[in-house]
Amino acid sequence: MNGFLTLTVNGLSTGAVYAALGLSIVIIYRATRVINFAQPALALISAYLAYSVNKATGSYWLGFAVALLAGAVLGAGTERVLIRPLRDRTPLSAVIVTLGLLMVLQAVAGMFWTNEPQSFPYAFDFRGQFSAFSLFTVLVVLATAAGIGLLFRYTALGLRLRAAAFRPEVASMLGVRVGLMLTLGWALAAAVGALAGVLATPPFLFPTVLDGVFVYALTAAVIGGLDNPLGTVAGGFAVGIGLSYVSGYLGPELVTMAALVILVLVLAFRPNGLFGHAVARRV
Amino acid sequence: MPAGRSPLPPLLRHTLLALAALLAIIVLTGVVDPFTNLRIASVGYYLVAVAGLTLLTGLNGQVSLGHGAFLFIGAYTMALLVIHVPGWPFWLDLLLAAAASGVAGALAGAAAARLHGPYLAGATLALAVGLPALTQRFPELLGGSNGLAFRVNSMPAGLAGSVPTTRWQAWVVWASVLLALVLLANLTRGRFGRTLRAVRDNEVSAELAGIHIGRTKVLAFLISAVCGGLAGGLQAFLLGTAAPGSFTLVLSLSLLAAVVLGGIGSMWGALWGAIALVYFQAWSEDLAHELALSTDIANNLPLAVYGLILITVVLAFPQGIQGGVRQLGRLLRRTRANRTASGTATEGES
Repeated sequence: MNGFLTLTVNGLSTGAVYAALGLSIVIIYRATRVINFAQPALALISAYLAYSVNKATGSYWLGFAVALLAGAVLGAGTERVLIRPLRDRTPLSAVIVTLGLLMVLQAVAGMFWTNEPQSFPYAFDFRGQFSAFSLFTVLVVLATAAGIGLLFRYTALGLRLRAAAFRPEVASMLGVRVGLMLTLGWALAAAVGALAGVLATPPFLFPTVLDGVFVYALTAAVIGGLDNPLGTVAGGFAVGIGLSYVSGYLGPELVTMAALVILVLVLAFRPNGLFGHAVARRV
Repeated sequence: MPAGRSPLPPLLRHTLLALAALLAIIVLTGVVDPFTNLRIASVGYYLVAVAGLTLLTGLNGQVSLGHGAFLFIGAYTMALLVIHVPGWPFWLDLLLAAAASGVAGALAGAAAARLHGPYLAGATLALAVGLPALTQRFPELLGGSNGLAFRVNSMPAGLAGSVPTTRWQAWVVWASVLLALVLLANLTRGRFGRTLRAVRDNEVSAELAGIHIGRTKVLAFLISAVCGGLAGGLQAFLLGTAAPGSFTLVLSLSLLAAVVLGGIGSMWGALWGAIALVYFQAWSEDLAHELALSTDIANNLPLAVYGLILITVVLAFPQGIQGGVRQLGRLLRRTRANRTASGTATEGES
């Protein structure tokens, strides 16, 4: 029974990371109907910047702040430079461009910081069953999710963000700067992604470190319903705990396949995710 | 030569074209060194993989980020058959590799038929990342992270000694690839091709027109998986190994990149994409070598170049290389039509 508890607790802290990265996918998807496949790479560059700052100054928290800021800037830049020109194209164009960006950024990371793993610090003590670091991870992600929920629901900025995402024409007629809102949405999302990156990376940082995390985060976002931030956070924790059991009882090699099985099973019964809505299509 | 459509039926025309291509390959492989022969053969197996993905993504509109998984299945099937049933001829192994991958593709397609857009991309992404990990799970069967190494004795006794191995391998690869392409070209030119495109362009309208959407999508997945399996089998045949390191996410993404780069939705585009796939890699390696770049930069240069080209193509040349070729052809035709000052130039193919 002790093993079961350990696995559950471990799943909780990895699930928090999937929830955070999943959240960053969902914010962007809601705003621009684009799955940002470059999200792990934006988070990766942010984590590497944190690593460098960390090494230069010795301060973990300065690196942490730099990562979030870098994430926001990278996200905003991506939207402005790469995504906006594709507004009237097929969804495939955006998929390909974000994949291209993923390749470029991973390569850049390898060029600057080598493909070898670099040691990346934890914020707090990470030893023990439910360590200080695990607690920190879970709390920070829950706080972030709550903050984003409040932002979207109760603030004027949140209202504009939602208006720009769902009814861009009407919003712009009412004086909302739709373009600015989309850029802000990407910046916000990428900052959350950077947070996930910094939390997911320790103990080692290397260019493909977040590939797996991204697959699980996408699984969380998809089973939560790509439109639904709350569902995504729930999905993140569920995926984290579920995969922790798979890893513990069946073997860590099967985790990614298990994620695929979960994804396919959920979508077979609920094609729009557990908390998504079907949208009627017209001819 | 008369302007407009050639009078030959498509199957005959494709077969003749394939024979001409095979002849060209035989001549070409005769005059270049073994190393280049290996590259020519590599273009061959990438070509069939990219062509399969073109059918799935370009013609049917299903985005697969996990096509490397089907190459993985093909390569490992080939390797296991060669190792465990050494008596079988290699072409039977190849066929079975393609078939095994086809079965996996039908399964993936059955799941995929219910998914669309981002959901499908996510599922196929998980497939690409997850499948190679199975080699760690069954190390005694699949060789762990080192993979499987083997020798294929494919050379007929009559040719042994007179034809270098790499040249023979390039012939085998291209003969298989061209055969597959003739079948593929025939399939996409006809009724099935129109069905694929109808489903891509508007599912609801296609369904109203009596097309079975699910069946079409599964079939598209199956065919493209067979192509992927054949490509994987050929790669294993060529290299004599099957290892998980060859089937990373980057491979899957590169295949999709090749589809887009060549010109999405065009089988000719698949050829440009496959050539680009092999030669961008080769050129950036040469460049890194010549400029004496550090290993960190040299190792990552191909990926960076590939990503940059991908972004540029989508932003600036959405029709890809084949789009450029087509435009050039149209321009030439128009100038010729102007010169003879006769009739109207037909336009408007989509």
